[in-house]
Amino acid sequence: MLDAQRLASQPPATAQIVLYKNNTDNKGASYGAHENFLMRRSTPFADIVRHLTPFFVSRRVVCGAGRVGIGRDGREHGFQISQRADYFEVEVGLETTLKRPIINTRDEPHADPEKYRRLHVIIGDANLAEVSTYLKVGTTALVLAMIEDKFITTDPAVSGSVASLRAVSHDPTLKHLLTMHDGRTMTAVQLQMEYLDLARKFVDDRLGDDADAQTVDVLARWESVLTRLEHDPMQCAGELDWVAKLKLLQQYRDRDDLDWDDAKLHLIDLQYADIRPDKGLYAKLVAAGRIERLLDDASVEDAMHDPPEDTRAYFRGRCPEKYAEHVAAASRDSVIFDLPGRESLQRVPTIDPLRGSKAHVGALLDECDTALDPVARLTR
Amino acid sequence: MAREQKQPRKSTRDETATDEVVETDVAERKEVIDDDVDAILDEIDEVLETNAEDFVKSFIQKGGQ
Repeated sequence: MLDAQRLASQPPATAQIVLYKNNTDNKGASYGAHENFLMRRSTPFADIVRHLTPFFVSRRVVCGAGRVGIGRDGREHGFQISQRADYFEVEVGLETTLKRPIINTRDEPHADPEKYRRLHVIIGDANLAEVSTYLKVGTTALVLAMIEDKFITTDPAVSGSVASLRAVSHDPTLKHLLTMHDGRTMTAVQLQMEYLDLARKFVDDRLGDDADAQTVDVLARWESVLTRLEHDPMQCAGELDWVAKLKLLQQYRDRDDLDWDDAKLHLIDLQYADIRPDKGLYAKLVAAGRIERLLDDASVEDAMHDPPEDTRAYFRGRCPEKYAEHVAAASRDSVIFDLPGRESLQRVPTIDPLRGSKAHVGALLDECDTALDPVARLTR
Repeated sequence: MAREQKQPRKSTRDETATDEVVETDVAERKEVIDDDVDAILDEIDEVLETNAEDFVKSFIQKGGQ
């Protein structure tokens, strides 16, 4: 994206193009940072709605990106935890640009629809901090695994989900009390801790000592972050976007005596998300060692060119690289070849997300210099 | 927009303390933290877009999900 932005800004372009990884212009418009999760078709959708809604209401204390301005057009002055919270109006629905729902029903699995559904998540903020992204995806995957395995037997429903979502976002002190259907009250951090406890039990019960290192790490980081958020949110300024942003804004407020309506604070909010390393404030904080990274530049660079090895993306990624002249098209669920001597295009379906991995086709692609053999063998 | 420079924060040191050793420690640590904060703000001052008001006003999104 950074390269594309630089190329597009070179002459004869007349204006410079700059990209911002955020979710609102503070003038009424919002744009998403969607997540997609592959789920078993057999999981009742009602279970997803029941158990995921309270999780999403509380999740932003971990993965909010922070925003200066309250209300859709930022009319009220102040800081809130989430970029997206004020743009959600209903609990469940298909829309993504108006009447946005906490749980979105769009379902194109790009896989066998009898076996899988796609869970399309539109409520997340665009994160820059790697720990925020890691926990956002990791903890959501754990909760979805529990839902699929029918592990959650309690009913953690929050009264007034849409209003609660906003109330949580509007309180960076994290003291807002959610009211549960069973009458209990708790903060968003405490609700997250309930999910954490369940996830710990789930991983112990289903995996025990065989739990993979990443799952164990997600649980440990999740607990560490929640514990500190409960004690003093500022302790997470080196890991979470919204806290890092709030700390910086607070330092400016203290030094320059600024009110929340000051244009400079709005500018800091926007420029935090400028993706240029020499201008973006997130990038500056990382460079100054104030925000933790989980990846190094080399592995990020590699991921831009090398497909992941454990899914069909491996096959789709290697084919255009190795057989460029014979690949007519590639999509999520197929790679289409235009082979010499064949009148029609040859389609290799990749409908199963877990086939086409390195283990499955790596050797075949390594040993075949043209696409003829792999296509013949895979379409037989 | 004119930037108001606040007075250096020395209040901790001026306060009367019952335990002088601890108080000095705190004051010194606070000075270190203050220097640290000033350093990062100075660095960020250098890259901030110059006309905040115009910049914020012209940041408008059309479309989007």
